[in-house]
Amino acid sequence: MDQKDIKFRCHGVQVYYGDTHAIKDVDVDIEDKTVTAFIGPSGCGKSTFLRCLNRMNDTIASCRVEGDIRLDDEDIYHRDVDPVQLRAKVGMVFQKPNPFPKSIYDNVAYGPKIHGLAKNKAGLDEIVEKSLRRAALWDEVKDRLDTPGTGLSGGQQQRLCIARAVATEPEVLLMDEPCSALDPIATAQVEELIDELKQRFSVVIVTHSMQQAARVSQKTAFFHLGNLVEYDDTNSIFTNPQDPRTESYITGRIG
Amino acid sequence: MTNASLNTGGEAPKRSLRAQDALTKRRNAAERRFKAYGMAAIAVGLFFLAVLAVSIVRSGAPAFTRTVVEVELTVSPADIDAAESQLFKTKAYQDLFVAALDRQLTNNGVEVAFDPKAIERLLGKVGSTMREFYQANPAKVGKPVKFELAAASRVDRYLNGELTRDAIQDSRFMMKTDLDLVDVMVDTGVMKSSFNWTFITGADSGVDNPGGAGIGASVVGSFFMMLVVLVLSLPIGVAASIYLEEFAPQNRFTDLIEVNISNLAAVPSIVFGILGLAVFIQFMHLPQSAPLVGGLVLTLMTLPTIIISTRASLKAVPPSIRDAALGVGASKMQSVFHHVLPLAMPGILTGTIIGLAQALGETAPLLLIGMVGFVARGYPDGVVSGFVDPNSAMPAQIYTWAARADASFYEKAWGGIIVLLAFLLTMNIIAIILRRRFERRW
Ligand SMILES: Nc1ncnc2c1ncn2[C@@H]1O[C@H](COP(=O)(O)OP(=O)(O)OP(=O)(O)O)[C@@H](O)[C@H]1O
Ligand SMILES: [Mg+2]
Repeated sequence: MDQKDIKFRCHGVQVYYGDTHAIKDVDVDIEDKTVTAFIGPSGCGKSTFLRCLNRMNDTIASCRVEGDIRLDDEDIYHRDVDPVQLRAKVGMVFQKPNPFPKSIYDNVAYGPKIHGLAKNKAGLDEIVEKSLRRAALWDEVKDRLDTPGTGLSGGQQQRLCIARAVATEPEVLLMDEPCSALDPIATAQVEELIDELKQRFSVVIVTHSMQQAARVSQKTAFFHLGNLVEYDDTNSIFTNPQDPRTESYITGRIG
Repeated sequence: MTNASLNTGGEAPKRSLRAQDALTKRRNAAERRFKAYGMAAIAVGLFFLAVLAVSIVRSGAPAFTRTVVEVELTVSPADIDAAESQLFKTKAYQDLFVAALDRQLTNNGVEVAFDPKAIERLLGKVGSTMREFYQANPAKVGKPVKFELAAASRVDRYLNGELTRDAIQDSRFMMKTDLDLVDVMVDTGVMKSSFNWTFITGADSGVDNPGGAGIGASVVGSFFMMLVVLVLSLPIGVAASIYLEEFAPQNRFTDLIEVNISNLAAVPSIVFGILGLAVFIQFMHLPQSAPLVGGLVLTLMTLPTIIISTRASLKAVPPSIRDAALGVGASKMQSVFHHVLPLAMPGILTGTIIGLAQALGETAPLLLIGMVGFVARGYPDGVVSGFVDPNSAMPAQIYTWAARADASFYEKAWGGIIVLLAFLLTMNIIAIILRRRFERRW
């Protein structure tokens, strides 16, 4: 197996919500051009850890992050780092679909617009179409791009959010349970997209579906009660888990 | 054994879904009672609203009409010369008028003996009105002119039944015999009721001339004041709310500010009035009785209302929208101005209109800074003058009228209230239209 570059290097990460210790001393290295899956029972801190990677936790007043997280060997929690610039590089799809209450077109075009990615309207149209196609939504919405994004079904909204996230061409894409509201066909399409994205980017995906983790990811991290229990190649995790907790989780005995 | 224990639950007699059990009945009854209370409350509210509307319209409507005497006459150049050569020139003009009126009544088959003084009592200084007219329009000399002269307010009140013949005491204002003339003029159609444009367009008059009083000047005063309030309180209030809600750190200091803003909203308006007097007039030497100062005082009063409602509507925007914007790399300010603020806009507009409506109806602080009714003696000439020249505002004007001794001002006060409500309604309608605009953008 060829050695890949490390995109995110996390060391001794602790996260507190007030007095709650939500992430306990996590070390993890996320590789470039790789899909990394975070699995674990509900409430174990997968979303919390994911939000550390693009500093979305900054928006929660009670949340405190400690430890060292480096993106391309730069400390993202350094005083000089502008989280806005970081988030342009590290895109995110949230657990709950949250389209803007604007048109479908504007939802996707918003990121490219504020980052100046398109020179003109035609360029923007192109980005919007490409992003919607990648998110497997284009055929469903191409005739009603000017209708509100909030009027779509739950699964469509989630794909719209995926399209919005990929439209800004991030280097890392964080996806928090992107397929929990999708039917098997759309799920397959999103998985295809993830597969395609990993040619160029690094993708981190939180999922409750073992099959999905096994299908799309190359690396898997298993979280339990705020601890990173095991982090290894997906193959090894699923075929030869080292920790008994991992084994019982993937075989469905805890969770 | 498991079978037996499981079945105990199913032993209860099967009951039809169509028969309500006791609990359901109680819940439904509670719901019906609650609905009845609600409807009763609304009915009571509507009843009082209707009573209010009827009494306002009944009392205020007379302010919009006035009694006039319409006389057509032709004054020849010779008449003018003759009149101008006399010592009491206006008396000569009045004689011309009386002659014309007499002719008109005779044509209608009525003969009356005139007391020229009666004309003065009923119609005011007819002679000087005519003289001024011909001096201003020399071209009208020798041509038929229709004069429409407003009758004294006592005539109005006599005609609409408020004043009876028995109640009139002979005085220099009115004699019982004058009423005969009034009756004759009404019968012949010379005296009739017409729409009182003076009330809409005029300015306040002296205490002895209720007929000439109008609310127009103070409407303009209120308008300029609302302009000041809107231009200052909306941007300041919204900016302050956005800062407090989205950017400010949560600490003791911001908590203190928050508490203070809430308390300010409850401060009686007269306190703001005395503050305005001390700060704007005595310390900053801004002009007294000026709509600018009134607007500044009312801005202070309106700000807390706008800030509180704006913060509430910013809070109501789901945090997921902010996350979404930040997630695609928008800055905090972009997320606020592109996404949060448009969603909060309907709520902000509602708060603003409530604040403005309160400010529009506020009287007490205006009295303290000298915007009393009787300063509304004319229209400002120009925009700057509109802000800084002494003027009144509608509620202060209404208050001044209501406080005057002459009962004719009482109906002016009611009429003023109708105009005030119409102004308010216009403001609300504009706000509703704007809000629709914003809501349509999802
Ligand atoms: N905003 C918050 N304030 C306080 N505590 C929080 C907050 N968000 C999460 N937590 C706590 O942190 C812990 C981890 O939550 P997190 O959302 O990361 O779980 P998760 O692994 O993503 O769960 P799920 O699979 O259900 O999404 C939980 O115990 C939760 O109660
Ligand atoms: Mg989660």
